[in-house]
Amino acid sequence: MRRIEVDVNGSRHVRHVDERRLLSDFLRHDLGLRGTKVGCEHGVCGACTVLLDGAAVRSCLLLAVQVDGCRVDTVEGLAGPEGLHPLQEALHRHHGLQCGYCTAGILMTAVEMAGEAGPHSVEEIKQRLSGHICRCTGYAGIVAALSEVVGS
Amino acid sequence: MRRGSVRSYGLHASVKARARASGPSASVEDRGGDRGGTLGRWRRRGTVDYRRMMVTERRAEAPTRPVGLLGQPVRRVEDAALLRGEGWFIDDIDPLPNTYHAAIVRSSVAHARLSGTDISAALEVDGVVGVLTSDDVAALSQPFPSVLDVPVDYRPAAVDVVRYVGEPVAVVVARDRYIAEDAAERVTVDYEPLAVAATVESALAPGAPVLHEAVGSNTLSDRHLRYGDPDGAFTRADLVVRKSFRVPRSTCTPVECFGVVCHWQKSTSSVVAWCNFQGPFTTHAVAAHALGIPASRLRLITPPDSGGSFGTKSSVYPYVVLMALASRRFGVPVRWTEDRVEHLLASSSATERVTEVEAAFSSEGRLLALRLDMIDDVGAYVRAPEPATLYRMHGCLAGAYDVADVDARARVVVTNRCPTGLNRGFGGPQLYLPLERTMAAAAGMLGMDPAELARRNLVPSSSMPYTTATGAVYDSGDYEACLDEALRLAGYSDARRDQGTARAEGRRIGIGLACVVEPSVSNMGYITLSQTPEARAQALPKSGNAEGVTIAMGPHGGVTVRFTTTPQGQGHATVATQVVADVLGVDPALVDVRTDADTAANPWTVSSGNYSSRFAAIGAGAVHVAAGRLAEQLRAIAAPLLGVEASAVELVGGAARVAGEPSRRVSIRRLAGAAHWDPAGLPPGVDAGLATTAYLALPGLDPPSADDRINSSATYGFLVDVAVVEVDPETFAVKILRYVTVHDAGRILNPLLAEGQVHGALAQGLGAALLERHVYDDQGQLLTASFLDYLVPTATELPEPVTAYFESPSPVTPLGAKGLGEGNTMSAPAAIANAVADALGLEDVEVPLTPGRLWSASAS
Ligand code: FES
Ligand code: FES
Repeated sequence: MRRIEVDVNGSRHVRHVDERRLLSDFLRHDLGLRGTKVGCEHGVCGACTVLLDGAAVRSCLLLAVQVDGCRVDTVEGLAGPEGLHPLQEALHRHHGLQCGYCTAGILMTAVEMAGEAGPHSVEEIKQRLSGHICRCTGYAGIVAALSEVVGS
Repeated sequence: MRRGSVRSYGLHASVKARARASGPSASVEDRGGDRGGTLGRWRRRGTVDYRRMMVTERRAEAPTRPVGLLGQPVRRVEDAALLRGEGWFIDDIDPLPNTYHAAIVRSSVAHARLSGTDISAALEVDGVVGVLTSDDVAALSQPFPSVLDVPVDYRPAAVDVVRYVGEPVAVVVARDRYIAEDAAERVTVDYEPLAVAATVESALAPGAPVLHEAVGSNTLSDRHLRYGDPDGAFTRADLVVRKSFRVPRSTCTPVECFGVVCHWQKSTSSVVAWCNFQGPFTTHAVAAHALGIPASRLRLITPPDSGGSFGTKSSVYPYVVLMALASRRFGVPVRWTEDRVEHLLASSSATERVTEVEAAFSSEGRLLALRLDMIDDVGAYVRAPEPATLYRMHGCLAGAYDVADVDARARVVVTNRCPTGLNRGFGGPQLYLPLERTMAAAAGMLGMDPAELARRNLVPSSSMPYTTATGAVYDSGDYEACLDEALRLAGYSDARRDQGTARAEGRRIGIGLACVVEPSVSNMGYITLSQTPEARAQALPKSGNAEGVTIAMGPHGGVTVRFTTTPQGQGHATVATQVVADVLGVDPALVDVRTDADTAANPWTVSSGNYSSRFAAIGAGAVHVAAGRLAEQLRAIAAPLLGVEASAVELVGGAARVAGEPSRRVSIRRLAGAAHWDPAGLPPGVDAGLATTAYLALPGLDPPSADDRINSSATYGFLVDVAVVEVDPETFAVKILRYVTVHDAGRILNPLLAEGQVHGALAQGLGAALLERHVYDDQGQLLTASFLDYLVPTATELPEPVTAYFESPSPVTPLGAKGLGEGNTMSAPAAIANAVADALGLEDVEVPLTPGRLWSASAS
């Protein structure tokens, strides 16, 4: 067990965790932030993507102890009191989700892109999305939504 | 997405409006005239802002009837929670305190006798409650029943013999998942290896290892069915095309894996199980049987959200049984969350089919007769609902073509591989790849254009409703109109011309076509075609398909809808909201659709669930019927208040009002209040309580006839795909230049969702065409058990399809809708294979069309 201190979506959490505890399990089962999903636990599907100090990472490939002293952002932090984040709005408008299981991860990658110097071309958007598996939508709605917010 | 000009989405767009539209050609219009009751129309594109529309409606004290929501591209009610990470999926819920976690010990070999399992080291791990062994499973369970009357001892874990890699052999139950997995590694299993039959061919070879000794053969079922006079037709034929095909194992593998939480209650011998099961609920009884309890004692609950399934989660139920046994054995609630490797290795996959086709043609290109010899590899056991894949398409074995004489041999074979199950399109890809490749080959031999050959054989719209040789009743459609439109959108004749020019420049461009009849709402009786007519006559007849819906209005006018359609992303709640808001005239914001199933609380039937594209046709249909009954109740309560007969009351814009006199009105909220707070004041004959449950069974779904004919589905849509591809002559990479898909799924209830289904199915169909295959070695080891090896399409690999929708309302479903979520998994592998074969001038190509395979095929 190790003591860690993490800022998640702007709230400070101090916990004792097993050294081998995955960040995804820590977020979902210790902090109750179940919006982050787990689809493969081997780093391919992208469902577990969160932001670590602003960079999109796979929480299934990180241990909770590795984020000691860092800031983590998850899907729960996106919508504000005024409503949905523009990326969430765009996914809704473009029917960019069906089962919604891949959505949190895709949103976090998109948020990372939105923080970069843009605009991003459709090709770039597709490249960045290729780290995410969506089995439902065929991606067209997702690409359209992201293009609207972070595209040219 | 292709966008056209915005036109009316009203449901009664006139034929004139259709004629003005730029889509269909004039000849389509002309033919429309004599189609009588099944007159179809083209759907135009556009978007409507759902929320803006709602505002308009709330303001609508106006006397005119507002536009209905059905048929509109209403945005989804599901999204608000899902986008915020507030969905409730199986691994997000903790239904019981003090729940323990399971890890499954799985067989590392494909065929062996279990000679000993040592669990002692696992039991020493701190936090382990116990290990459920093969002996426990044998003692506490019954074999799962099957429609095939063969002595196959299928249990949720291996007993005595393991028959596929990944088969459960023990279950460790521990305080958490980490500990359970540690302990599972400390279970040692001794195997006495047996010879392995890892393919259909090796399972059928003389001297093959027999998987189930009590059966004595790896062929569990062999039926030979004849319709008309196929032999005579083959004698008369000018051309007979013979070809063999293999549709390999692949999987739609959803992003969320399986999950189960089970509790066995000792005092009552009853089980409550939370799981992301998707139906069919026929297997609820199968699971209860295996547990040795009455079906009423097995309560299945699904969480409101499920992370995709595409058929695969119909195979969750053996794990419900396994975890219930673990819970029973150790007296604690047990949770199991599948991981991806387990999922790919041992959950389920599409059924591999080997088909020999013989097709008889006249010199004019009429398809006279078909012979299909189909062998389905169902894996190590035949797990219900299999052999559904073999018979689902039985009514439509000749696809979209008018063929009088059909000969079909259907065999079910076991191999040392994971049991198969439903997988989006099940039965469809296995049929249409052989059929549509054969049509393309025949066109070549006849010196005809494939589109012309298709046209000569398509079931004509004038024959609708059309009864096929094998017994299906195609309920409506204009197949030729869809073909014309698909060719037009693909620029077919130009593409053919460009193909020649490109070839002269050394480029390899090919064009492929697929015409597909897409069935929806399965007849529960088709599976009994696996039995002889004599055996069927001894048993309870099986037929039909039914769905139940409960709808209730609360004291403030809010509406709750409950059903057992177990959605996994298709937007059932949105469509149900559209239907209810229209029928009751209420604000959709007042409608709550509960998508969580509960066999102890919701209405359900054995055919409930989310498979064979049944929601639009029967799920939404049942919502319509239930809402109609509630509307009758509201009208009866309103009538005396308005001083008119109930028949003169209409429900619009949140009020009951006198038809033709919109100012005479009473709010629905007030009626709801009256029903709840003043039941003594209700008019005579009106039931207290504003709630009703309605069941809908679709007509025309009889059990198989004595001569083995069956209307295997309630309704039949149609689609035509045209693919234009370019194959790189150096790398053999396939690039899709253009992909057109034209659907006729009857009335479209929500075009936004319809488009989403088409895109999703196409992505999976293209995956199966180009990338996806479960690869096994000759010892039955799966080589594609991770997402690093099992490749699914990502955003960079998919084309933007051109889509169009023709609407020939179904006469057999309440809303005129048919399913459309599976068609492109049936069409895309065939269309792409035809295009690639055309590009490379190859007679035979195998899916998936990987560069390596194409290179070898071209080299030989
Ligand atoms: S769950 Fe982390 S990448 Fe799939
Ligand atoms: S919406 Fe289901 S996986 Fe993307």
